[in-house]
Amino acid sequence: MKKLILAFALSISTLAPLSVIAAGPSVPVDKANNDLSDKESLKKGFKTYINYCLGCHQLQYQRYNRTFTDLGIEEADGIANYMYTGEKPGDHITNTMPKKEAAKWFGSAPPDLTLMARLKSPDYIYTYLRTFYIDESRPFGVNNTTFKDVVMPHVLQDLQGISTIDEQGNLSPAMGGSLTAEEYDEVVRDLTNFLEYVGEPNKLERKSLGYWVLAFLFFFFIIAYLLKKEYWKDIH
Amino acid sequence: MLIKLFTDFMGWVDQRLPVTDAWNKHLAQYPAPKNFNFWYFFGSLAMLVLVNQILTGIWLTMNYEPSGDGAFASIEYIMRDVDYGWLLRYMHSTGASAFFVVVYLHMMRGLMYGSYQKPRELLWIFGMLIYLVLMAEAFMGYLLPWGNMSFWGAQVIISLFGAIPIIGEDLTIWIKGDYVISGATLNRFFALHVIALPLVLVILVFLHILALHEVGSNNPEGVETKKRKGSVKPEELSKFKFHESYTKKYDIVDSVPFHPYYSVKDIMGVAGFLILFCWVMFFFPEGGGYFIEAPNFTPANALQTPEHIAPVWYFGPFYTILRVVPDKLGGMLLMFAAIGMLFALPWFDRGTVKSVRFRSKWHLANLIQFAICFIVLGVLGTMPASPTANLIGVITTCGYFGFFISLWFYSKNEMTKPVPERVSH
Amino acid sequence: MSKEPVNNGRRRFLTAATAVVGGVGAVGAAVPFIASWNPSARAKAAGAPVEVNVGKIQPGQLIRAEWRGKPVYVVRRTEETVSSLANHDDQLRDPNSENAQQPEYATNPYRSIKPEFLVALGVCTHLGCAPTHHGGDFEEFVEGVENGFFCPCHGSKFDMAGRVFQGVPAPLNLVVPEHSFINDNTLLVGVSPGDA
Repeated sequence: MKKLILAFALSISTLAPLSVIAAGPSVPVDKANNDLSDKESLKKGFKTYINYCLGCHQLQYQRYNRTFTDLGIEEADGIANYMYTGEKPGDHITNTMPKKEAAKWFGSAPPDLTLMARLKSPDYIYTYLRTFYIDESRPFGVNNTTFKDVVMPHVLQDLQGISTIDEQGNLSPAMGGSLTAEEYDEVVRDLTNFLEYVGEPNKLERKSLGYWVLAFLFFFFIIAYLLKKEYWKDIH
Repeated sequence: MLIKLFTDFMGWVDQRLPVTDAWNKHLAQYPAPKNFNFWYFFGSLAMLVLVNQILTGIWLTMNYEPSGDGAFASIEYIMRDVDYGWLLRYMHSTGASAFFVVVYLHMMRGLMYGSYQKPRELLWIFGMLIYLVLMAEAFMGYLLPWGNMSFWGAQVIISLFGAIPIIGEDLTIWIKGDYVISGATLNRFFALHVIALPLVLVILVFLHILALHEVGSNNPEGVETKKRKGSVKPEELSKFKFHESYTKKYDIVDSVPFHPYYSVKDIMGVAGFLILFCWVMFFFPEGGGYFIEAPNFTPANALQTPEHIAPVWYFGPFYTILRVVPDKLGGMLLMFAAIGMLFALPWFDRGTVKSVRFRSKWHLANLIQFAICFIVLGVLGTMPASPTANLIGVITTCGYFGFFISLWFYSKNEMTKPVPERVSH
Repeated sequence: MSKEPVNNGRRRFLTAATAVVGGVGAVGAAVPFIASWNPSARAKAAGAPVEVNVGKIQPGQLIRAEWRGKPVYVVRRTEETVSSLANHDDQLRDPNSENAQQPEYATNPYRSIKPEFLVALGVCTHLGCAPTHHGGDFEEFVEGVENGFFCPCHGSKFDMAGRVFQGVPAPLNLVVPEHSFINDNTLLVGVSPGDA
């Protein structure tokens, strides 16, 4: 047993220097600090998404009625305030942007965002939406320090305003938007929160079920252990 | 009254199929050494995980769509629209990684206690075949979600076969069923993953257990508990009743019937394992990006390669060995040689003392360095290539092969401690 | 080897306890497998309520809609047809709709919310064929009854409220699904009045 522990400790300690060559995150990102259990935040994020993002980006694996139920929106309220396209609540959240044309207009078609939070991480999305800056050389006049040479325009510019970049690559505070920096951060946090929810709608249910299952298993382990000890009295 | 009914029923069955006799021979009167330790849980745990993969796999097949167009969407359908589909998916994906954790620990036990030595060489071979089929099964299963890492991981591994001289290029096209990895590849991998390989796996596991029961289990001291018939004094024999197929050939000592002693202990082992398994599955099913890899959350795209292609973590050691050789064919041959060394282990070890407890300091050191090298090789397999990584890879590859080669040399005249006649307690 | 005698009572108790708790665990583990067989969100969306425009149906005319994969017959009955429903009660198996083949708001002489509109599943209660509507020429099947449904598969007959006649293989009246009217011209199949 001692040898086992020694071997294990040695192997773990050899891994430490390996972290030097491990692949770190390719761009630095800020922490979103969003709270999936905050339904008001999720509703605001959902609203922002419908108003600003849905025109180009679909959520093709997520249904409206599922979103209403999870966020605590009454179906009638949901149909009135979150659905503008004449679809039914049971339908997926899609748009009518034609893929081929979109690829032509933008260079690449706007990706579906259902799983973006799992692909990139919520922190990435939170950072990305706050790091646009003026760049005249780009087709839409903007670039992004988190996603270099992105072809997406700064859709939220009327809220944030826009930054400029200096020679060292630092961004100036955004100017010209209708929101203060804190207010804009809040909007982006809520939108990020919503996208994290959409990436895995079952996440909260998964964790809460996990607590119950582990509690049960600990209890079962104790009983199974007592049973084992009782029988093994015969041997020891 | 119920007992009489049961006894009469079993009597009727036993006249037509020897169920009670099989129950006795393989469970209630099967002699197992009484000193099994923690390392002996992993065989039964491997069976548990196999059952989990089969059951959750069947259920996933009920809603999965095996086509290039529909596969990715069908996974999200399972995750969102099917009641508890998300749980079935995570049970399957966590189970795949758990399978390899359990199997690697199971193999390590074999290494430490010499469970591969005579008369258990065939048992070891069956185990190695199971390991090989398991790797193929996992590889094919990983293509099925049709994510971008699924696509590119398969692309890299299948292209390895292109290194084979003369037939290589045609071979890769034949494997893919197309000029690129496409729906044709997906469909055939689906058939193999869902039906063919599971069938082979179940048959191999059955043979593995049959071969085990024929020669009996080893134990942490490497002391044989089946002695020559007539060599043990009657008062020293095990007090338990064992099946006559064993007792007529051997005098059995230091053993207990598998049921109820090890069935009860294995239930406890299952409970402990499930705690760890469920902790991972419910709280971080993505396994920090190693069990469900981030690039797989976007569909397969032949025009866009992920930032860093790597096979899933459990293939790590062999992938590193492959990459260490600058030549494509050379790397492939070395990788297969690494697996081949494991197959030939019973013949590399020329000693007769089984357990590390009674073997030399060198053997203990050799085992430890092998384990460290294997782990480091595995970690390197998940990382991008770099000069430092490559250097460590070369060193640990030498350590890996060095295990077998040095074992061959020192095992012939090894300084071993005297092995006791009986299991100590 | 322990010197103590085997405490069988304790052993039996612990075995039973493990079996019971393990059984609970097994049932819990079975839940996701069994629940996953329920209709998925996709099936429920496909089975969602269906709106039918009834404003343009001519008196005496039948239109077909589809709901949950089944045909829905909507007939605009004339006043004459509705009043003649009471005339042949003695020829019917279940004239008062005692069998629950319809919601309670359709358990009345005309088996619907509005007497003018029959809403029934076009599925014969014998073995499931689609009965044909006979407007005006039903007398060849049942004397004295001008309109009705005749099932070509095995000859079952139903009146204009979907009630089954005696002496035919079908045992029950045609099913009337949950339905309601959003407005005078729009029928909603699948939702009862008062359910949002």
